[in-house]
Amino acid sequence: MSKLLSPANNEVLFMGNEAIARGALEAGVNVAAGYPGTPSSEIIETLATVVKERNLYVEWSTNEKVSLEVAAAASFAGLRSLCVMKQNGVNVASDFLLHLTASGTRGGMVLVTCEDPGALSSVNEGESRYFARMLEIPLLEPANFQEAKDLTKWAFELSEKIRNVVILRSVTRMSHASGNVICGKLPTKSRKALFEYKGSIMDQLRGPVISTPVVIKHALQQEKLKKAVALFENSPFNTYSGPAKPELLLITSSACFLYSQEAISMLNLQKRVGILKLGCTWPPPPQLLKKHLKSTGKVLIVEEILPFLEENVKALAAGMAEDIGIKKYYGKMDGTLPAVGELNPDLVAEGLGKILKVKYKSQPPGYVKEMEKIIPMIPKREQTFCPGCPHRASFWNMHNALQLDGREGFVCGDIGCYALAALYPSCGFDTVRTLHSMGSGTGIASGFAKLGQFGFEKPVIAVCGDSTFYHAAIPALINAQHNRADITFIVLDNSGTAMTGFQPHPGLTVGAAGESVPAIDIAGICEAIGAKVAISDPFDLEKTCGLLTDFLAEEGCVKVLILRQKCALSPEKKGKKQFLMKVDEERCRGEECGCNRLCTRIFRCPALVWDRIKKKAVIDDVICAGCGVCYSICPQKAIIRTEAKQK
Amino acid sequence: MKKTLSKDPTNVIITGVGGQGNVLASRVLAGMLVNAGYYVTIGETFGMSQRGGSVMSHLRISEKSVMSPQIPWGRADIVVALEPVEALRVLTKYGNPDVAVLANSRVVYPVGVITGELDYPSIEEMQNALKRISAKSWSIDATGEAVKLGNPVLSNVIMVGALCATNLLPIDHKSFEEEIAKKMTPDKRRINLLAFDAGAKMI
Repeated sequence: MSKLLSPANNEVLFMGNEAIARGALEAGVNVAAGYPGTPSSEIIETLATVVKERNLYVEWSTNEKVSLEVAAAASFAGLRSLCVMKQNGVNVASDFLLHLTASGTRGGMVLVTCEDPGALSSVNEGESRYFARMLEIPLLEPANFQEAKDLTKWAFELSEKIRNVVILRSVTRMSHASGNVICGKLPTKSRKALFEYKGSIMDQLRGPVISTPVVIKHALQQEKLKKAVALFENSPFNTYSGPAKPELLLITSSACFLYSQEAISMLNLQKRVGILKLGCTWPPPPQLLKKHLKSTGKVLIVEEILPFLEENVKALAAGMAEDIGIKKYYGKMDGTLPAVGELNPDLVAEGLGKILKVKYKSQPPGYVKEMEKIIPMIPKREQTFCPGCPHRASFWNMHNALQLDGREGFVCGDIGCYALAALYPSCGFDTVRTLHSMGSGTGIASGFAKLGQFGFEKPVIAVCGDSTFYHAAIPALINAQHNRADITFIVLDNSGTAMTGFQPHPGLTVGAAGESVPAIDIAGICEAIGAKVAISDPFDLEKTCGLLTDFLAEEGCVKVLILRQKCALSPEKKGKKQFLMKVDEERCRGEECGCNRLCTRIFRCPALVWDRIKKKAVIDDVICAGCGVCYSICPQKAIIRTEAKQK
Repeated sequence: MKKTLSKDPTNVIITGVGGQGNVLASRVLAGMLVNAGYYVTIGETFGMSQRGGSVMSHLRISEKSVMSPQIPWGRADIVVALEPVEALRVLTKYGNPDVAVLANSRVVYPVGVITGELDYPSIEEMQNALKRISAKSWSIDATGEAVKLGNPVLSNVIMVGALCATNLLPIDHKSFEEEIAKKMTPDKRRINLLAFDAGAKMI
């Protein structure tokens, strides 16, 4: 039986994301939709494993906006629905979210956003708590694993009480951390879908679901928010621990609560500092805050990404200044805590130390001294494409074709593992010049290609992965073709959403729960747009580079090259070598070759190692994935490949 | 096997390189400890960070409560490294004079070393350094042993077996057997048990 379905009262080790999924199950969720993105993906993934047992509908949608629409339909039909995405996904979904918050919802609907302070697995430090404030809906933030489950369950109840969507925000260190959770009851009844629409436009439960008349519905929405605040005032998810009159009041939420607790105990400040932990962060409950702000003269706000809580606490405090008096505030805004990056217990301890004049050293001085001698011998470990990764071969082809073309062309990058290509020199072969959001490489390339009248003559390549293609690249590709922007568009098709763990996408014949679904053909879509389309295996360097060189020179339409090769970590390929690789020591001429150590210095596969003693290249068999590409790059033909026996 | 924790919380860091099975090792270990009745908090780094980079799992074991998923600097009690230089890297931040270190001796070169731009320390240098900055250290060729068993990826389980044999944590062969009975299909259990026992013999 799945751990997710553990009986009530069982204590289980759940990852934060699993706890959120379990909370949704305990709330009787019926429909869950999302788009993969670290650190959010495991929520939909784990729910997809219990669709039969719990009669769920779970889907990976084409993008975040569509997933929110799919989840909303379930709510309109009176069901409970969950929508999951990473922080920047909320930006994608936000246009619909604006209108959804105005029309309101019916069945409990929760939008989970998992954010990434410090950008451990993102190219942004996006913050979506402001959407709750801007779009006037409640925001909840769990502060440990048990709360990740319990607060998710309550979020559905809250949503149904106020008939609007509720945002639950997690962070990497909550979503991807694990801890003990005591399970609650799973409901025994499932709801029936019933969509009523014949009532009056003002009847939220029986009329059409629309945001007009706008001003009247806007007022209604604000009434709902007031109801939420009233519930927040007495919520058990807002807790205080510490002395009745603390020297310093620490206000915090989310994983920062755990860091703060730890920091207080590291500095032995339990008798001087009190922690007000808020599980309900927007709108902040004014009476609760008033009570605690009155008890102290100093306030430290501990939170990650932007000073959202800090701004809100200060704004509330300004309004109640007459009652609570003047306070001294510490946090991100005055530099007590770092304004960017993720926090940890030590950074919080450092902030506390500054305010309360307490000194703390994490390591004894003698140890630090010894360590200073050791640090220089530790080589940096850069991120790079995995051994056998098709992207290394793809960017090698792009690099070679752009060199042959000779007009200083470049690549507009996009989001997926292949974003690593922007990290020259560790990968990408110095080709990628822009990198932004999902699908925007294609839009940017389309823009560059129209700069000819201003003297811009470089050929432009846009890349995107197969999942990204469906998510956001199609409109940009249509834009390029329609506006005669002659870009070369490369789809790095590795048969799955590899970056986030091989979730299926519309190009595949399986859905989120393993069901059979029709695949949408990338080549067919591109041809229908009017683009010239070719398909190649990036491991076939000769053919791919040839096609690419021709495409770069060709004018008159968008050229699409689909580079198809499965990810080296995909379940079908992992641990299986197509080729056994070896360097022929006689043929490898090392530094005398004139190739300038092309294989180990430039190609940079982790399995191709420069042997300093032999002064030759060698293959590390444990690391080599057996893709065989390096066979084609050695000018001396010193790298030998033999077909591996398939087990 | 010990029955209790010698320190509460006991902080364990499992480190290595993306693809070495770090996450599985930390989850199996955590599962064994939860079965033994402890509160366990794991903090993991995976996703983009795993592509060829250093990876780290923080495990915090307590009889009282869950903890911060990040261990405070200087407060690791046990470091298990699937790659030797990663042991040193972790200790720079989380080490202290009382830390115990169990390291796989099989190196995985960073790209900068492969290309000849950076130097990688010799095994002797690393072992000497480890001795200077830890109270106890073990260096074993887990990958070599895993290759003998037929798959280098088993080195993570070999390390878990070795860790149990150090007697630093209240877990043993039986706890491993119980945990993998929950997590693995029967066909995978046998080879993992062999790997676990092979690791235990290396201490």
